[in-house]
Amino acid sequence: MATARVVIVGAGPAGVRCAETLLAAGIKPILIDENRRDGGQIYRRQPEGFTRDYATLYGREAAKAQDLHQSFDRLREAIDYRPDTLVWNLTPGQLCCVSQGRHRTVDYDALILCTGATDRLMPIEGWHLAGTYSLGGAQIALKNQAVSIGHRVVFMGSGPLLYLVASQYVKAGAEVAAVLDTSPLSLRLKALPKLLARPGVLFTGIKLLAQLYRAKVAVHLGIKPLQVLGDASQGVMGVRFTTGSGRTATVQADAVALGYHLRPETQLGDLAGCAMAFDQASSQWWLATDDAGRTSVKGVYAAGDGAKIRGADAAEHAGRLVALALLEDLQQPVSSALRDGHQQALAVMDQFRLGLAQAFPWPSEQAKALPDSAIVCRCEMISAGELRRTVNEKGACEVNRAKAFSRVGMGRCQGRYCAHAGAEVIAAAAGVQVQEVGRQRGQAPVKPLSMLIEEVAP
Amino acid sequence: MNGRFVRLAEQGRPAVSLTVDGAPIQALQGDTLMVALLTHGTALRQSEFDSGRRAGFCLMGACQDCWVWTRAGERLRACSNEVRDGLDIVTTQPEATWPLHG
Repeated sequence: MATARVVIVGAGPAGVRCAETLLAAGIKPILIDENRRDGGQIYRRQPEGFTRDYATLYGREAAKAQDLHQSFDRLREAIDYRPDTLVWNLTPGQLCCVSQGRHRTVDYDALILCTGATDRLMPIEGWHLAGTYSLGGAQIALKNQAVSIGHRVVFMGSGPLLYLVASQYVKAGAEVAAVLDTSPLSLRLKALPKLLARPGVLFTGIKLLAQLYRAKVAVHLGIKPLQVLGDASQGVMGVRFTTGSGRTATVQADAVALGYHLRPETQLGDLAGCAMAFDQASSQWWLATDDAGRTSVKGVYAAGDGAKIRGADAAEHAGRLVALALLEDLQQPVSSALRDGHQQALAVMDQFRLGLAQAFPWPSEQAKALPDSAIVCRCEMISAGELRRTVNEKGACEVNRAKAFSRVGMGRCQGRYCAHAGAEVIAAAAGVQVQEVGRQRGQAPVKPLSMLIEEVAP
Repeated sequence: MNGRFVRLAEQGRPAVSLTVDGAPIQALQGDTLMVALLTHGTALRQSEFDSGRRAGFCLMGACQDCWVWTRAGERLRACSNEVRDGLDIVTTQPEATWPLHG
């Protein structure tokens, strides 16, 4: 199969490194990306006409961002790059793509999914109010558009991104009202042995925290979120929470950035029939792959955060490694030293990932404690009480059945921001472990399509 | 306070003129529609399920919370479409609407 048609979906760190490695081996891949420019979310490029330099935009990651962009610029003309293109469905050997109102199919022999991740959300009473944004969204506002999501912003949730984005906001001159982390300090200390797998990254994290304290930003650990305050016309007006010592406190703000680490975009792998696995450490489903990124379906591969949430550095290794796996499967010679090097680097990053999961755990207990009146599905305003009734009164203890009854997961976001919390609510109501209630199946189209689409020849 | 988003840098770009719900506004070249609208107002659209206003959520094309419409009825995702001179945007859904929750 010297002329294998190889398609990579996603031009972030994993997709670009994968394309680069394949090109070096003489394979010219098609690289499809939904964004207009390469870099993914983490190394997203600012629009033409913006003038901030790499250090301002990417901070300590500036050199990595620049290196990835330069690598892409070198290979752009040599590969078949298709930006601004959504893969909305697939069948064996064929992708359905839409770009600027035109639909075309793309045939493949091998498919490498580098589809990335989105924020992982846990609802809170009032999170549907205008002015609540995902944490990653708050970062994109700053990085891509040089704006703050509000005049006074609260950062709430858990995970390293919380501190990174809050400190980026401080540095850019935005007013940060508070950083509210649900994880207590004690878990961070317990996770230290694992976090020391990457001492440099750990040190960077400590420096971010120090920057926030130096800027006199109120940082609270071990909090319990209670409510985003505000009303339907004005939107967000503040946040109410319980402090680590059990006191109820309120912070005034007109914007909230909310997030609990990331969840992988697995819809295309799911539609391809790839097996999924439940990750105990982060308490979520993702694509089951071998160490190199082969899924359970022959010819379908996955790398980066879309396969396993390990961050951008791991995504670069995983992108190169998955390319080597494909080359091996195509009977091409592969340097075993190169392959082993990436695998060893990823093993270290895996250890660090487990440390992060321990230090900043997914707050499943919040779903159990969510008041009946709180909205779970912010697309269609469906409350925790309505979802619990589908379990208690209709016996829907499996998420897809509960979705059919309640519509939680059927709205605009197609479950991206409610499915994880919804599963926790269902599991708690049914009195079972969350992995026993299943996971929402991927559905085509994986994102909404316009009715005005013209079909064109492949 | 008349806007939700606050510009922190990159304000030397050329101006772009567009219309939002019949009123002229000025934005900057390279702005997403979301930034153009939310530096002037506090919301992008009316929720079709409750009385609340919506102002987007994810900014990465995943949540679909930031839809607005052109006068001609074309739907645009405000976080991933850039402003253009002469755009005529409406923030109310042109299709049929249903009774609200509760």
